[in-house]
Amino acid sequence: MTDLELALKATHLRRRMLRLIHDAGAGHTGGGLSCLDILNTLYHRVLRVSPATVDSPTRDRYVQSKGHSVEALYAVLADCGFFPDADLDTVCHYRSPYVGHPTRKIAGIEMNTGALGHGLPICLGMALAAKLDRASYRVFTLLGDGELAEGSNWEAAMAAAHHKLDNLVAILDHNTLQITGPTRDVMSNEPLDEKWRAFGWEVRSIDGHDYAQLTAALTTPPPAGKPLFILANTVKGKGVSFMENVGKWHHGVPSETELAQALAELAAAEKTLQEAAA
Amino acid sequence: MSAPAPSMFTPAAKAMAQKLGLKMGGANLEEFAATLQSLARADRNIVAVTSDSRGSGKLAPFGKALPQQIVEVGIAEQNLVGITAGLAACGKKAFGVSPSCFLTARSLEQIKNDLCYSNVPGVLVGISAGVSYGALGSTHHSLHDLAVLRAIHNLTILVPADNFETREAIRYAARAPRPVFVRFGKSAMFDLHAPETNFEVGRALTLREGRDAAFLATGETVVHALLAAAQLADEGIAARVLSLPSIKPFDTDAVLAAGGECRAVITVEEHSIHGGLGEACASTLLSAGLAPRFQIVGLPDEDTVTGAQAHIFGHYGFSMEGLSATARALLSR
Repeated sequence: MTDLELALKATHLRRRMLRLIHDAGAGHTGGGLSCLDILNTLYHRVLRVSPATVDSPTRDRYVQSKGHSVEALYAVLADCGFFPDADLDTVCHYRSPYVGHPTRKIAGIEMNTGALGHGLPICLGMALAAKLDRASYRVFTLLGDGELAEGSNWEAAMAAAHHKLDNLVAILDHNTLQITGPTRDVMSNEPLDEKWRAFGWEVRSIDGHDYAQLTAALTTPPPAGKPLFILANTVKGKGVSFMENVGKWHHGVPSETELAQALAELAAAEKTLQEAAA
Repeated sequence: MSAPAPSMFTPAAKAMAQKLGLKMGGANLEEFAATLQSLARADRNIVAVTSDSRGSGKLAPFGKALPQQIVEVGIAEQNLVGITAGLAACGKKAFGVSPSCFLTARSLEQIKNDLCYSNVPGVLVGISAGVSYGALGSTHHSLHDLAVLRAIHNLTILVPADNFETREAIRYAARAPRPVFVRFGKSAMFDLHAPETNFEVGRALTLREGRDAAFLATGETVVHALLAAAQLADEGIAARVLSLPSIKPFDTDAVLAAGGECRAVITVEEHSIHGGLGEACASTLLSAGLAPRFQIVGLPDEDTVTGAQAHIFGHYGFSMEGLSATARALLSR
């Protein structure tokens, strides 16, 4: 799949995600839009996992530590055929298996997440299991930048370098906004690149909406013995003008009118991409 | 040099143990370490995970013998449980080993989400549980672990009384398809069971029959209940003694039988009186319409007295003498 094809797909995935949040009446809109290009790249270019290999012991693992962005994950997994798209009409409905955070009830989801600061330690265990079994699979997690205030991340950051887990990749969805406001105001965590380097990680800072940069960062192996931290600079609410960098869209649910406007913007973006390609 | 730890048994209790023919075994902690090492030798998939706890977990020999099957995470209990869950999710049989006080309080959310809610078959071993650390104080006591873990869905909770129960609990945990928590102490324990005893998760083990009173005990208090029952027998009081190593799943049948057949029920646990074995028994009995004379012997809701484990046991009435006095008082009420 070319970068253009991925970008076109992203306009569909963003629309699917927004429709399902609207229909569910709940969801984490801004962070889903900010990490969607990361997920799109992971599932279409990087992860060695498919509906056919979902139980294979040697599959790559992806654990979404920022579990609240599950709607983006649902949209991508449905698009990859892990489950029927129609299932997404039931997200958050009474007795639906599609909860408002990831659970292993859903094909393709590795672990139940949603409480923050859990994904990286779990992935560390998975990466250790691969090393102990001399297996070649890689383990990926997606962190939020507000989430980095959880101390367990730093326990794991230390241990991953100590155990030389070069099969472990932590991707930061660095959208710099959390529920209360800008992360720098809530609990400043910069300079993140220097911190992770100091903890012994290979650090790559990229544009988290650029498919070429995402692909290069995710597919180029780190130096032997070093875990890989990808600082993906993103825009919260990416792709919808009135949602971009606006805090209230952290878990804002679009009204009928707002949904229609967002869908129209994304349809226009798709058309622009097609025209540019033609 | 520190003072030698006082005995967990008074001279009268020792004499009673001798009369019952009880033989002193090792510490459950040592039995755990030996059992895990023996299982791990036969199954390379078993991995021990420690948080600077291989010494206190008696796992230094394990680490020397099987260095490829032990993972050190440093003093980081949240990471310990997350890593244990990640290993288990990828097919390893992971045993996270750490003092119960830290393991079940600091890492509670990891236990809840990463192991239980995610349903991966990791094992957590709470060492030096209850008041094993004695005079080190309340930071090091785990009087809450059964209460908090009982409220979490999808966790088997085992509290072995002696070396036999410990060995069986660890063997079970190694093959369990779901998360398991096992907790025990580090004092030497009398052997309570015949080797041919059948250990089954979810079933109580009957150590003594009787219909006047029933001691429903768990973990390392069981031996004291057994000695108390023997002392009461000399006075013509027949006390039943059940060891309940399985806190979840729980043997409601055995508890209901005791409550229905005995005039008084005394529960005993090295744990807070809140939320542990005693309240599990009370809930089981009342829900079935049974209301025998009833007392929970556990650590009261107060700043725990300073002292060695033996002092604390004596202070709160976990000793043979204390438990027989509780039974007498309950029966004469």
